[in-house]
Amino acid sequence: MTDFPLLPEQASTIAQSVDTLYWVLVAISVFFTVLIFALIFVFAIRYRRRRPDEIPRPILGSLRLELFWSITPGIIAIAVFAYGTVVYFRNSAPPADAMEMFVVGKQWMWKIQHPEGHREINELHVPVGRPVKLVMTTEDVIHSFYIPAFRVKMDVVPGRYTTMWFQPTKVGKYHLFCAEYCGTEHSRMKGWVYVMEPVDYENWLSGKATTETMAAAGERLFQKLGCQSCHRADAPGRGPVLAGVFGSTVVLATGEKVVADESYLRESILRPQAKIVAGYRTLMPTFEGQLTEEQLLQLIAYIKSLGTRERIDTGP
Amino acid sequence: MSTVLTAPPVETKTNYLNESYGIKSWLLTKDHKRIALLYLAAITFFFAVGGFFAVLIRLELITPAGDLMQPETYNKAFTMHGVMMIFFFLIPAVPAVLGNFLVPMMIGARDLAFPRINLLSWYIYMVGGVFTLYAMVAGGVDTGWTFYTPYSSTYSNTQVMATAIGIFILGFSSILTGLNFIVTIHKMRAPGLTWFRLPLFIWAHYATSVIQILGTPVVAIAIVLVGLERAFRIGIFDPKLGGDPILFQHLFWFYSHPAVYIMILPSMGVISELVTCFSRKKIFGYGFVAMSSVAIAVLGFLVWGHHMFVSGQSVYAGMVFSILSYLVAIPSAIKVFNWTATLYRGSISYQTPLLYALGFIGLFTIGGLTGLFLANLAVDVHLHDTYFVVGHFHYIMVGGAIMGYLGGLHFWWPKITGRLYPEGWARLSALVLFVGFNLTFFPQFILGYLGMPRRYHAYPEEFQVLNVMSSAGASILAVGYIIPMIYLIWSMRYGKPAPANPWGATGLEWQIPSPPPSYNFEKTPVVTEEPYVYSHEEAQVV
Amino acid sequence: MSEHTAVAAVEHPAVLQHQFDDLEQQMDASTLGMWVFLLTEIMFFGGLFAAYTVYRAAYPEGFAAGSLRLDLMLGGLNTVVLIASSLTMALAVRAAQLGKRQDLVAFLSATLGLGLVFLVVKVFEYHHKYVERLIPGPNFFFDGPHAAQAHMMFCFYFAMTGMHALHMVVGVGLLTYFIAKARSGRYTAQYYWPVEVMGLYWHFVDIVWIFLFPLLYLIGHRGVH
Repeated sequence: MTDFPLLPEQASTIAQSVDTLYWVLVAISVFFTVLIFALIFVFAIRYRRRRPDEIPRPILGSLRLELFWSITPGIIAIAVFAYGTVVYFRNSAPPADAMEMFVVGKQWMWKIQHPEGHREINELHVPVGRPVKLVMTTEDVIHSFYIPAFRVKMDVVPGRYTTMWFQPTKVGKYHLFCAEYCGTEHSRMKGWVYVMEPVDYENWLSGKATTETMAAAGERLFQKLGCQSCHRADAPGRGPVLAGVFGSTVVLATGEKVVADESYLRESILRPQAKIVAGYRTLMPTFEGQLTEEQLLQLIAYIKSLGTRERIDTGP
Repeated sequence: MSTVLTAPPVETKTNYLNESYGIKSWLLTKDHKRIALLYLAAITFFFAVGGFFAVLIRLELITPAGDLMQPETYNKAFTMHGVMMIFFFLIPAVPAVLGNFLVPMMIGARDLAFPRINLLSWYIYMVGGVFTLYAMVAGGVDTGWTFYTPYSSTYSNTQVMATAIGIFILGFSSILTGLNFIVTIHKMRAPGLTWFRLPLFIWAHYATSVIQILGTPVVAIAIVLVGLERAFRIGIFDPKLGGDPILFQHLFWFYSHPAVYIMILPSMGVISELVTCFSRKKIFGYGFVAMSSVAIAVLGFLVWGHHMFVSGQSVYAGMVFSILSYLVAIPSAIKVFNWTATLYRGSISYQTPLLYALGFIGLFTIGGLTGLFLANLAVDVHLHDTYFVVGHFHYIMVGGAIMGYLGGLHFWWPKITGRLYPEGWARLSALVLFVGFNLTFFPQFILGYLGMPRRYHAYPEEFQVLNVMSSAGASILAVGYIIPMIYLIWSMRYGKPAPANPWGATGLEWQIPSPPPSYNFEKTPVVTEEPYVYSHEEAQVV
Repeated sequence: MSEHTAVAAVEHPAVLQHQFDDLEQQMDASTLGMWVFLLTEIMFFGGLFAAYTVYRAAYPEGFAAGSLRLDLMLGGLNTVVLIASSLTMALAVRAAQLGKRQDLVAFLSATLGLGLVFLVVKVFEYHHKYVERLIPGPNFFFDGPHAAQAHMMFCFYFAMTGMHALHMVVGVGLLTYFIAKARSGRYTAQYYWPVEVMGLYWHFVDIVWIFLFPLLYLIGHRGVH
């Protein structure tokens, strides 16, 4: 990098492709800007008024030219759209083997938890070369998780989960910003992403005081809240068996089918009556307002740890 | 357009300015020209207020540490800058001042269809302004002009209600102006003035009015819902109460994206008038320029989702909004190319209004092209909510809308006041503005791609050089705004008296004295030709 | 053209506004103005309807449960009242066109009366909701599994019927003004159209209610519960 960089560092697998697209757009923009400026400049000099009473011969227009300069920008626009959409979709779904981390935004800090249970605030340590998926939510207002060096950004919306993923390619220390205005200390809601060699990452993990993993914490919470009295592990009780429920397609009492993703689990814990699984009754109490966002994420991590497989839950 | 008058215009001594005197004759006037001047005074005031906050923002950002203001103060400053500039200056600027003054005159009418409603809309504007100023004095508001929920509905403890009420009220002023223009343009055109003989200024205002009447009520209801949620703690947008914060963004941008076109379309209309007049030529491709305004108005309603690519909306929705946004490039390109082609083989005179027009074309081109980056899904993920967006919309709003407004104000100033402004100073200030503008906002594109988020009160040190450039540019820009304010006010008293048609322009407004008499036309004119006929020579085929 | 203007101006010195060439142009402009205004109103209510649709689709049970607490009788009564008022309004326009001053005043008064009946019934309904603690806010109380969603349903109920009632109040004010003017003989067979333009507004407000009634009152009564 020179002293006057035009780009942030390229530190993720997608940075390169986004930057290439960016330069293509810059080239198109420069071409048309120069074209228009040059035409204006040349016409303004060449056809300047030479006599005060000069009246030029009128030109009505030209259908051929009109079509030319409607269709050409149209084609360029569609081509750039297609290019951008391809790059976007190629990178939109995280790889299956991505390590999962949990992010909770809060005025004005980022709380991050690793699956192993380590917690960080305004810092995110990740190993180089491994895809990382972030499951994110917020306790209060909308925030936006933004790492310029990775060219990724995603809003963090209260009441639901959003996800994003990246795969770091370069060891280093990179900015982490909140990009969605979130109140007084918005500009201080930032931190650092540390991309480390896998060995260093392992050392970093083991160097921290060992806490229980998220799934273990979730299991403890599961028992403390008495969930297991209905959601039994072996056979269907008053509530559905949760083993393997994550990622499966659930048939609801209304006949509707939904995929049991993070948002579904979240809603079913907070507002159980909203989507009742076919064959079960509305017995579960609501946990709205009784669980923190982190506890919710732990419960979800626990349910996920019970296994994910494709199946149809048809009830008891 | 050249017209056949049943009798030559009689030079009258009384005009709309000196027909009656006293504050009451102004505050109770139903004359569209006087109402235009009431608006001119009001929006200039709000522009100054908005400009003051811009100065605060640029001063704060000279250094990376947030050392000049408290974060609360900074957040209020950029919110008030946005609210004042967008709702109280840019949206009314060209329609309410130039449109009000010119729409009846350009179509050969004595006034707008509903003069009382026109005056009412000015009062509504002022009442909205009073509420918003009250909010400012009573502690300010810190939600950003976008009022995103749930921050605005639940978390912010600033004057959200007063500001929301102000903007809600203001909306009606905009709706009533649009309604008045639509009815006037439909029903009050002079005999012979068919739709395709209308000046392009009128086409642009027609398209703008359609957006105003269709879009404004939607943002009004969104603001009402935010207000209800704040006042009664009911859950429409707050997820804690079962609401959906993203729905607010949909309702907000359904209006606020078309609102961008409310700001830029009238200026585009101005540019069509200026380019033809100062090259003494028919506009190249009249039909295409007219219809592209309509196309922009229609497409403008279909692209709001491109503000929400990273909000968590479905990727397929993002794709649809992306391609629709790209389609806006086509009518925009048509306009730019046709203006440029109008210069070809013209007789170009470098007077101030044309300098503004050329500045507009150049800056709008850059503003429009940078829009390609933001409509692009992959690139927008990186650029969303960074300074790139700030740079982009200032190129459209300041480089586009304000350049067009100032160009139009200079062009019709002799008609409005009956006085000429000092040409040398005017050219100088146009140049200063162009330079200052680019220096202020071009660095922001680079800042944005480097990753500096917008609405940051303090920022990492590596962004300082570009921020200092931007602040330096802003100080030049400020000079560029102050010079015209001084000489235009000076010229009202000391300027040389203006003839009826100082630029040798076509158009009905130039057929009547400067300043015009109260009823505009002694006799209703009859139009026999298309607009912009500078020469009766047979038109050349290219 | 100007000749025409002069004649028209002599005939109706009081009603022709200076910016118009003749009364016909003035009538066209006023009528179009009202249509454009109603377009704005459609967008205004459209925003509310859109938000309503989003939440109703998200929480169908809660909305149905909330709807069951609305008074179908009173809502139905009000629907009948408003439809009747549209009829009397149409008859008023007819009377204005024919220049029948007595009839005009009578029909406008009938419309006004029906409008007031609507508002009085609405006040009773709101009062019941207050007694039953169904006013959204901290005092809201709803017995059942979908309390939070029913709360939202009532937010929309009050926002939508409140906005509608506000339009009714404006309409009642307009009617009062028009009755006073009609009594003094302001409207003639040539200058009847202000009544017609006002009628457009009244019919529009009625139509909004025709949409509100099924959306709010009837969704709980689909037979599935």
